[in-house]
Amino acid sequence: MTKKHKLTLLQKRAVAGLLFIAPWLLGFILFYVRSIFVAVKWSMNSIELLDSGGVKLTFVGLDNYIYMLTEHGSFTQTLTRSVGDIVIDIPLIIFFSLLMAILLNQKFKGRTLIRAIFFIPVILNADAIMETINTARQLMVNGVSTVAVDTASSGVSINVDYYLAMFENIGMPAGILEYVVSAVGRINDIITRSGVQIVVFIAALQAVPSSMYEVSKIEGATAYETFWKVTFPMVTPLIITNIVYTVVDSFVNSEVVNAAYDMAFTNQKWGYSSAMSLMSTIIVCTILVVVCGLISKKTFYYN
Amino acid sequence: MQLVEKAKNAITNVKQDKQFANDRSKALIMAKNFLLHLFRWVVIIGMCYIILSPLIGIVSSSFFSDSDVYDKAVYIIPKEPTLDRYRLSWLRLDYVNVLLKSIWYDLSLLVLQVVITSMVGYGFARFQFPFKKVLFACVVIMIVIPTHTIMIPIYMVFRNFDPLGLVTLLNGKPISLLGSTWPMYIMTLLGCGLRSGLYIYIFNQFFRGLPKEIEEAALVDGAGPWYTYFRIMLVNAIPSVITVSIFSLVWQYNDLFFANLFVINSKASISKSITTLSGTIGNLDRIVDPTILQLYTYAGVVLVILPVIIIYVALQKYFMEGVERSGIVG
Repeated sequence: MTKKHKLTLLQKRAVAGLLFIAPWLLGFILFYVRSIFVAVKWSMNSIELLDSGGVKLTFVGLDNYIYMLTEHGSFTQTLTRSVGDIVIDIPLIIFFSLLMAILLNQKFKGRTLIRAIFFIPVILNADAIMETINTARQLMVNGVSTVAVDTASSGVSINVDYYLAMFENIGMPAGILEYVVSAVGRINDIITRSGVQIVVFIAALQAVPSSMYEVSKIEGATAYETFWKVTFPMVTPLIITNIVYTVVDSFVNSEVVNAAYDMAFTNQKWGYSSAMSLMSTIIVCTILVVVCGLISKKTFYYN
Repeated sequence: MQLVEKAKNAITNVKQDKQFANDRSKALIMAKNFLLHLFRWVVIIGMCYIILSPLIGIVSSSFFSDSDVYDKAVYIIPKEPTLDRYRLSWLRLDYVNVLLKSIWYDLSLLVLQVVITSMVGYGFARFQFPFKKVLFACVVIMIVIPTHTIMIPIYMVFRNFDPLGLVTLLNGKPISLLGSTWPMYIMTLLGCGLRSGLYIYIFNQFFRGLPKEIEEAALVDGAGPWYTYFRIMLVNAIPSVITVSIFSLVWQYNDLFFANLFVINSKASISKSITTLSGTIGNLDRIVDPTILQLYTYAGVVLVILPVIIIYVALQKYFMEGVERSGIVG
């Protein structure tokens, strides 16, 4: 062996490391990098599938995008609605899952069982099953609502509108009220979608060193102070993780994706579909960058 | 007025009374604790009800007979329970056959996922090589970018499957892998399967948390990196392996996106065949009433989710521990 072929230990380690990640690297280049270029290219072409298996491209520039934004019947509405839903849902899911994580992190009997129940929606997240579950929810609600109607006729029920009007008269801003009411209306949706987030927060809570709680106890901090000065800052790095997960997860199941899917596989308009996908991806990434940028300034990193 | 004065005096007396001060504060703390417990249980039970109620509804109505559905007095508990819904759903789903096939499919993918993603995660966690940070950023990008962005190019890759022109060379023209399960295997093997990015991230975080001394000892004893990885690190990573396994198994089992994209035969994926169940039963068994038809779907859903629930309940304890220890948390 010549001297040229002898590698130092560091170089050997580097080669081994590259070998370890080689399968993924190959896949990433083949499926992701290439696909993104292809998607960009296709979104600027009008596509025809040939029977032989090939495709025929005709360059149309930005026409697909312009068509999407100005002429297509429902795309802009669907897009704004999906984005609006995500923006509304982020704080609700984060807040709810943090609250539940704190509740479930305390010691009480049957804790494991309850945690298991909270994770069930994640286990059953297949579209078909979810749809059936939603219709079944109607079924249960119908049973309950008939009871509610009965009590209403006997005049004991709670009149929600009355209380809303009361809060408005007190001077609560109507916007906040509407938000709260819509949040209560979406409670099903929020609970079923925060399983993973709850588990992540529970893990984060358990990672807080107990010595910190001891110190704050010795220094005479109340439970309230301990939460805001110890627990919350220690959990903040995970808020970003959860936001990323929430946004990506809710976009995967959103109407925009279905629209793009239908456009490609039902209407055979591949160019439009690529343009739709790309546009929605860019919007998701913008939301993520903006939200994470805003939050990471306030985030406290322990190490 | 006198009464008020009296009451005030009594209260101050009780307050200044040293004798029972201890008991009083104890009672106060107990009351406080009781209220907290009550609050917690009310919240938790309410949430659990919201999660479980549709499941209860599905299970109970899958036993309803035709007369129960239209009986206004029947709620949750059927008057004349019947197993007919299960019988027909079982038959039309081709349950045992399809279930075994899809479990085989999911398990083989699970093994691939665990081996490949843990390898990649280990590579990122322990080795230094050029552009490591950039490449790891690519893993994060993989998690963040929704799969639908790249669905059409991937669809096209497998529609005209022709790696390096090899297939054309042998066969004359590119072959289409759509309709088979091959695309999923190939993607998983190359670390781009269903949510592989997330698993790589989980493994990476876990391996970074392990002490380096173990590997140094192995190195001194003459073990190469592959031996170290398979015989030492993977064994230590059991909590992560369990977490990833459950995620992978369950998500793969439920996956419809890739199953639809690659037009995978519904005989190979039970989650896909459940979507067509009510249509099949409606056609073959001449059941036109949508309300009755819905009952068959409920029974089918129970059949489909039963294995998942069983696996989850059996591994639940390890799973929760695994999530907590496996470093999803950075």
